[in-house]
Amino acid sequence: MRKIYSFHGGIHPPENKHQSVRTPIELAGIPEQLTIPLSQHIGAPSSPVVSVGERVLKGQMIAEARGFVSIPLHAPTSGTIDAIEDRIIAHPSGFPAPCIVIATDGDDHWIAHQGLEDYESLERTELVNQIRNAGIAGMGGAGFPTAVKLSIKPDIKITTLIINGTECEPYITADDVLMRERAQQIVQGAMILRHIINPQETVIGVEDNKPEGIASLQAAAKNTDIDVVQFPTKYPSGGEKQLIEILTGKQVPSGGLPSDIGVICQNVGTAVAIYNAIFAGEPLISRITTVTGQAVESPRNFDVLLGTPMDFLLEKAGYQRENNNRLIMGGPMMGFSTPRTDVPIVKTTNCILAPTESELPTPPPAQACIRCGLCAQACPASLLPQQMFWFSQGKEYEKLEDHNLFDCIECGACSWVCPSSIPLVQYYRSAKAEILQARRDNEKSEQSRARFEAREARLEQLALEREAKRAARKKAAEERAKKASSGEGEDPIQAAIERAKAKKAAQESS
Amino acid sequence: MALMRITSPHAHGPMSTSRLMLNVLLATVPGIIVLTHFFGFGTLVNILWAAILALAFESIALKLRRRPLGFYLKDYSALVTATLLGIALPPYAPWWLIAVGIGFAILIAKHLYGGMGYNPFNPAMVAYVVLLISFPLQMTAWAPPRGAGELPGLVDALQACFTPANFDGVTLATPLDLLKQNNSLLMEDLWQQSPQFGRWAGLGWEWANIAFLAGGIWLLYKRVFTWHAPVAMLLSLGLMASLFYDGGSSASGGSPLFHWLSGATMLGAFFIVTDPVTSAVSLRGRLVYGALIGALVYLIRVWGNYPDAIAFAVLIMNFAAPFIDHYTQPRSYGHSKGDSNDHDGEVQ
Repeated sequence: MRKIYSFHGGIHPPENKHQSVRTPIELAGIPEQLTIPLSQHIGAPSSPVVSVGERVLKGQMIAEARGFVSIPLHAPTSGTIDAIEDRIIAHPSGFPAPCIVIATDGDDHWIAHQGLEDYESLERTELVNQIRNAGIAGMGGAGFPTAVKLSIKPDIKITTLIINGTECEPYITADDVLMRERAQQIVQGAMILRHIINPQETVIGVEDNKPEGIASLQAAAKNTDIDVVQFPTKYPSGGEKQLIEILTGKQVPSGGLPSDIGVICQNVGTAVAIYNAIFAGEPLISRITTVTGQAVESPRNFDVLLGTPMDFLLEKAGYQRENNNRLIMGGPMMGFSTPRTDVPIVKTTNCILAPTESELPTPPPAQACIRCGLCAQACPASLLPQQMFWFSQGKEYEKLEDHNLFDCIECGACSWVCPSSIPLVQYYRSAKAEILQARRDNEKSEQSRARFEAREARLEQLALEREAKRAARKKAAEERAKKASSGEGEDPIQAAIERAKAKKAAQESS
Repeated sequence: MALMRITSPHAHGPMSTSRLMLNVLLATVPGIIVLTHFFGFGTLVNILWAAILALAFESIALKLRRRPLGFYLKDYSALVTATLLGIALPPYAPWWLIAVGIGFAILIAKHLYGGMGYNPFNPAMVAYVVLLISFPLQMTAWAPPRGAGELPGLVDALQACFTPANFDGVTLATPLDLLKQNNSLLMEDLWQQSPQFGRWAGLGWEWANIAFLAGGIWLLYKRVFTWHAPVAMLLSLGLMASLFYDGGSSASGGSPLFHWLSGATMLGAFFIVTDPVTSAVSLRGRLVYGALIGALVYLIRVWGNYPDAIAFAVLIMNFAAPFIDHYTQPRSYGHSKGDSNDHDGEVQ
């Protein structure tokens, strides 16, 4: 048995997962229109390679990666490019962002593609390239380009590859049903990752509230050396840093990467995407999304094309708009509320949560902090949330950084336990944003200062040079005058008279 | 209905400040029952009068500060202050004594500092100390417990409070007082001489302390606070007592059990030291905070001028709480030991 470690803090909110796992994964089908945001991942947005009116096939690349930390996008089904313009997307800001809009034709006509039978014969870099070309970004939530995560510096040795099937956030069951129904693909995807990374051990970590998923993973991993490990349910076990501590007992250094301690973490959904990319040659064009909450009649999981509008799924699940007070993309702890019901599903959309008011009530006005310390006991990063709250209120940014504000993973455990209902995470987000903005401003003013100083130096140099030339000319003139007055050399006036006389004589003689 | 736009987390746990405060109030009930049984209705009248005054002063303060009344009154913090002060004051205290105390607690110790959550000192303890220094006579007039004298009835209790001139109460030195004043006896003799002593400590006092201990354990079970501060305080008080107790003479300060079950020890440990607003916050900090309070309580009880010391000890440590917090900041995830980013404590 593998030793299981624990992490500081954590909470046990009601899980509310049973509602959406009663039925198997359902194919959502093809909506009339797909809206593909150009930025569905961390890094530079992709840039379109198609134009309006162009016909595209399913799986055809419609936008290419721009730079190293970027990924391409592919058409989720066949159709025509309807528009390339700004649309409202699922982002906390509610601002529109550039999207490619596809009018689907319903044929679902694939572009020619082919999978590999024998991936082990390929160079590792070639496999990583294929993963990049398939447009795969972390499916757990952050959406970091998978190929970048896999491009490890050669001097770093990875000891542990972790496949994250924790899914600790309440309500969400997308990974759970994936583990139940597609365990074989997860294991195959993990084998590909293992081949690329060559770790000493490969572990699939799952919380013990998913016995069905664990059983099917164990069956699928039977003849491999992949270890399926279960551990006690506690939020936020699925946070990358927390999961690493649970499975290895080691902590990722602050500001560092898991690879610094020899660990790479990938989500189970990402493993399936890699399986599809390598074995079937299919890019990432669909995902599993949970639709749940009391404002939908039949909560369930959908296999949905990226770019599908949320309301298309909501309708299929029996959405009751009048009972729904807010629409959340993601879970109740870390998800964000969307401004409209028609924003598109993206690569990181693991859940649409449509709660009723009684289910997730509107938060009451915050009461005063009574320094009870429940937040510090719940914090999985061992921070002092209430101290940070005071500093945020007072805009004491230096103290905030001293208290390791940037180690906050925004899991929401502190706000969840706060008896005074203080929206603590909101304070930290805002403080982080302001500190980052201040750093950028600082950098900018640093640059302007350097530019200004360089210009001043250049002008000064020019002035000095001019001064030097002038001094030299002056000196030369003085020397000439001195020579003349001392009788040395010819007298300039006499010389001029001589020249005039000679000229006159020449005129007369002609 | 437009879709609401708020940031995560969207879910919230079951705990609320009002519920915390109500739990604290509920946990004082066994102690109040025992006090009433042994000392009569004086404590109850104290608490009721204090509660009325506290709500009135709180309303005035909120009104002056232009805060919504209902919202703030519903946090029940004023009632907790009133209850704790009502318990701490001697039974059959006159109305004006309680009024001065509550006025000081709510108006000055609480609202002048910014209200709930902003007060650096425990309001009930500030009031207690102010009264003890200003009105020592009234503050040390403890009624004799059942078994050591006549208990006044309810009417007498009301009279004692509201027409103190007509009330002719009997008072008796408390066990802590007696121990302080007698330095040349054997404990056994002291026990024989004075009717105020019970099985382990003061008659009545010991059961009141056990009742407050029970209330405190229930609050621990309800996770209203952590065990760190109260346990550290009781252990350090016990340690001090066992260090200086010689086993029998009244000059040596009393046994650990005597100190645990005397005066306001358990009330202090579970209802005052645990006040989150004025105590240290980190768990390690709470250990330090509690332990120092325990040591101070013993020092003041045995060598100080006052027989009991919870209020002084708590106020002194209230001063030190931010300092303790500064030096007990926990190691955050991904930071090595001692790798706090904090530079102002470092030798440059």
